[in-house]
Amino acid sequence: MFAYIIRRILYAIPILLGVNVITFTLFFVVNKPDDMARMHLGMKHVQQADIDKWKSSHGYDKPLFYNSSPVTGGHLTDTIFFKKSIRLFVFDFGNADDGRNIGHDIRQRVLPSLAIAIPIFIIGLLLNITLALIIAFFRATYVDYTGMILCVVLMSISTLFYIIGGQYLISKVWHLVPISGFSTHISTLSKFIILPVVVGVIGGIGSGTRWYRTIFLEEISKDYVRTVRAKGMPERVVLFRHVLRNALVPILTGVVVVIPLLFMGSLILESFFGIPGLGSYTIDAIGSQDFAIVRSMVFLGSALYILGLILTDISYTMVDPRIRLGAEAS
Amino acid sequence: MSCLQWLITQRYAIDSKPSPQGLTVNPMKTHHPCGFQSNEYIRCLLSYLSILISVLLITACEQGPWNNPYPPSESEANILYTSFSGRPKHLDPAQSYSSNEIAFTGQIYEPPLQYHYLKRPYEIIPLAAAQVPEARYFDHQDNALVDDAPVQDIAYTVYTIEIKQNIQYQPHPAFAVDKHGKPLYLDLTAEDIDTKSNLTDFPETGTRELIANDFVYEIKRLAHPRLHCPIYGLMTEYIVGLREFGEQLRSADQELRKQAGEDSFLDLNNYEINGVEVLDRYTYQVKIKGKYPQFLYWLAMPFFAPIPPEADRFYSQPGMDKKNITLDWYPIGTGPYMLTENNPNLKMVLERNPKFHGEKYPGEGEPGDREAGFLDDAGKELPFIDKIVHSLEKEDIPSWNKFLQGYYDASGISSDSFDQAINFNAAGEAGLSDTMANKGIDLVTAVGTSTFYMGFNMEDPIIGGDSPSATKLRRAIAIAVDFEERISIFLNDRGIAAQGPIPPGIFGYRAGKEGINPYIYDWVDGGPKRKPIEKAKELLAEAGYPNGRDVQNGKPLTLYFDTPASGPDAKAQLDWLRKQFKKLNIQLVIRSTDYNRFQDKMLKGTAQIFEWGWNADYPDPENFLFLLYGPNAKIGKNGENAANYANKEFDKLFEIMKNMGNGPERQKIIDQMMEIGRHDGPWLWGLHPKNFSLYHSWYHNAKPNLMANNTLKYKRIDPELRAQLREQWNRPIIRPILLLLLVMVVGMIPAILSYRRKNYSKGVKN
Repeated sequence: MFAYIIRRILYAIPILLGVNVITFTLFFVVNKPDDMARMHLGMKHVQQADIDKWKSSHGYDKPLFYNSSPVTGGHLTDTIFFKKSIRLFVFDFGNADDGRNIGHDIRQRVLPSLAIAIPIFIIGLLLNITLALIIAFFRATYVDYTGMILCVVLMSISTLFYIIGGQYLISKVWHLVPISGFSTHISTLSKFIILPVVVGVIGGIGSGTRWYRTIFLEEISKDYVRTVRAKGMPERVVLFRHVLRNALVPILTGVVVVIPLLFMGSLILESFFGIPGLGSYTIDAIGSQDFAIVRSMVFLGSALYILGLILTDISYTMVDPRIRLGAEAS
Repeated sequence: MSCLQWLITQRYAIDSKPSPQGLTVNPMKTHHPCGFQSNEYIRCLLSYLSILISVLLITACEQGPWNNPYPPSESEANILYTSFSGRPKHLDPAQSYSSNEIAFTGQIYEPPLQYHYLKRPYEIIPLAAAQVPEARYFDHQDNALVDDAPVQDIAYTVYTIEIKQNIQYQPHPAFAVDKHGKPLYLDLTAEDIDTKSNLTDFPETGTRELIANDFVYEIKRLAHPRLHCPIYGLMTEYIVGLREFGEQLRSADQELRKQAGEDSFLDLNNYEINGVEVLDRYTYQVKIKGKYPQFLYWLAMPFFAPIPPEADRFYSQPGMDKKNITLDWYPIGTGPYMLTENNPNLKMVLERNPKFHGEKYPGEGEPGDREAGFLDDAGKELPFIDKIVHSLEKEDIPSWNKFLQGYYDASGISSDSFDQAINFNAAGEAGLSDTMANKGIDLVTAVGTSTFYMGFNMEDPIIGGDSPSATKLRRAIAIAVDFEERISIFLNDRGIAAQGPIPPGIFGYRAGKEGINPYIYDWVDGGPKRKPIEKAKELLAEAGYPNGRDVQNGKPLTLYFDTPASGPDAKAQLDWLRKQFKKLNIQLVIRSTDYNRFQDKMLKGTAQIFEWGWNADYPDPENFLFLLYGPNAKIGKNGENAANYANKEFDKLFEIMKNMGNGPERQKIIDQMMEIGRHDGPWLWGLHPKNFSLYHSWYHNAKPNLMANNTLKYKRIDPELRAQLREQWNRPIIRPILLLLLVMVVGMIPAILSYRRKNYSKGVKN
């Protein structure tokens, strides 16, 4: 398995390089260094000399991919792409266009992101699986039908509605928790995260429950379930002991891969609830055309996604002894 | 078996036999793979639940409202709560220019001059300076000239600025010294810096007196090759020697970086600007090329606030920037407040500067100020508020609701909330809605010192130029595009239609009949009335486009509007604009583009019609009329004259007007310029927006001052009243939650019955 993991990590390098090239190309197709300079220097009294100075000090005065200048010698290395991208592979993100150190900001913002992402993930997962099992248990009854209709309704409603509705009812009308905000003190943190967590969990119930119900129903139709029932096991034992265990492989496919991505935060929730996490950091960077941050966040997201896929593979071997990775398989 | 599997299977391994405690537990004990037994697991679960309940109870038992986002201990503290929507990029006075940055820097730094808080028209008064400096004029032979010397004779102007004595800087580690007077933190090693993560990690602080060299040092910083001062280019045209100084610094910096590395400290004290000089400990002078009276206004901006060289040296130590410990994030000033917490991702806190030199609330204002209560605090010591908490609030809705709950002391009004807050009476005057009035909220309105206009590219072959045909075409469009309607539909009547480039509140603006644009408006029943559309159609026909068709080839007239606007809101406005042109049967093609491409088009002059805006840097007509000055064109010169308008007579008058003091003669010249501009019509003059602000009843001295940026020191709040009203407005309502739980429990009953029926039913019916 170790060799398999090493191989997967090595595969990740060209993938990350490709992601970098694509991000870089897309960004600079719509956004020239001159535009970035103008954006950062403001609207008033900006002269070409100011733009040139900004580009020079931020390293945007070089060619994008290929430097044909014979003076510098580095045709490929003395370019914006090389200078800005190569350090990412050692997780040195450099400075944002406003001068702030990106690595420092990411470290500061990751905890607020996790403070809402982890509870939403865990509570949502447990609740969705439980509801899916209950609905599967009552399949073809009014509980099943009502549950499915509710799930479709919940899925059809925009997340924004849950956010605004939640803020309106729980905070504005009932005055139970603050509408938005965050606290770095653990003692007062709970009152700020209750509402985003509730909204995040409710927003995910529809799709999550439907997905897990489908998995469970597929599992229920298998031969071993019939055998278990034939042996006279109660239905709850059939579901919760046998079906759930065997349904874990498809569940893990969707679940483990998102665990590393929890670090990236939630774009809309963080923005509306004033959570100073990485989701709002990314949105702000896109809005202000800060390529340094966008590039870093895309790189980090890709790396974490690859990590999630590797963890998923490993988790398969843990829940299903029949699965072997790499050389072990042969 | 994973923890998750185990947890779920155990949860349902519950039998129907009742236990002595009332719980129904399966007698078959199972073991958790981690070593827990099932009853241990239940105990563990219960203990977690009890902790959770305790936390909730503690939260619920906090003093005051449950939805209070601030610590209960602060409820009656003298703290002002406000918000910011985007993190400031720069707090270094040499780099900061945006309004969201000046909201902070204005309170921290003290430039030589400031605007009087109450008097109108805006008046410059001393801040760090002992008095407003007088301009002294000299010719090319360095001979002194009289004050009213002809502009062409003036080679340079000298401003000698004397600063107040005994002003101290805020406590800061850059000034910390040991018992021998040696700086503690100016020669740190990489290891020392590695242990610090913010400014509070430096335990010792110090202060020192403000001296003239600190002001000169900051002027040098405007040209620093590693900083991006937005007015450096502009200032090189005025401050004698600044351009040469910048070039000298650039080559010195390159040399230094080669020799000592990228992080090496460039000590500006080793270089001098020809036109800026320290005369003594408390006096310095600045030489300005020619005559530029507007320079005094620049002296009221943070660009010219003092920076102690120690601070620059402190922040320049290698490794500091990696911790984000820079002057951009930890400003150092002499003002009434100092930034004590800077987490632009969450909140930024200003606290009273214990070393503040003191200042008194003004004793006089404009007529009506006394009646309005703006002079109630006359002569009292500033600042009134101890602490200002700025919280990051990116979305309008949470911010507005927090204001209504009393958690923000003041608020603007977004278009979403406008109907909730404002009612218009029969006369069309804005007033507060009953909900707002019942809460004791005050509405304060002020026409902004800004203008939003629609410009014609005067280089365009169809719409541009000074031919009678093009002039009439522009005038016809100006009549057809009804800005009053636009203000009413899209701005909730928050604005006034502009009659020229100068907004109200700036010298040169004329109200009433004499101030209207006679080419577009008639004076009817005591107010301006847009000329009828028939007049526009006549003009269009005279221009060679009868009924919107080119008389030469019969083709319909098609014009192009370039805009970076997009999204549903913009679509409604663009549709409205098309309709305005349709009144003349002109087809308007909207060319939406991203902002960068739009900028490109403007620079290259390929746009035909566009929209632009300008916010006053200072209260002088020069700052608006230069937007139409020929040598300031966008094409080729990258100036601010986006319409590329050029009229020799206008330019000549501008050159005279810009150097004059306010008075009847200046007004006369401005009137002539306005006439030329209105006749040529390079802009649809657009609108001047009106600012609507709401203040709670505990907020005092909220007089709008659109020029000053250091106004927080004048504001006063009543924290006791605020705490009382917050308590009253935010009583928690828990009945709906209990009801919801009840519904859920009741909803479970049929499912439980169904389960029991299913489990205990007979396999074969008799």
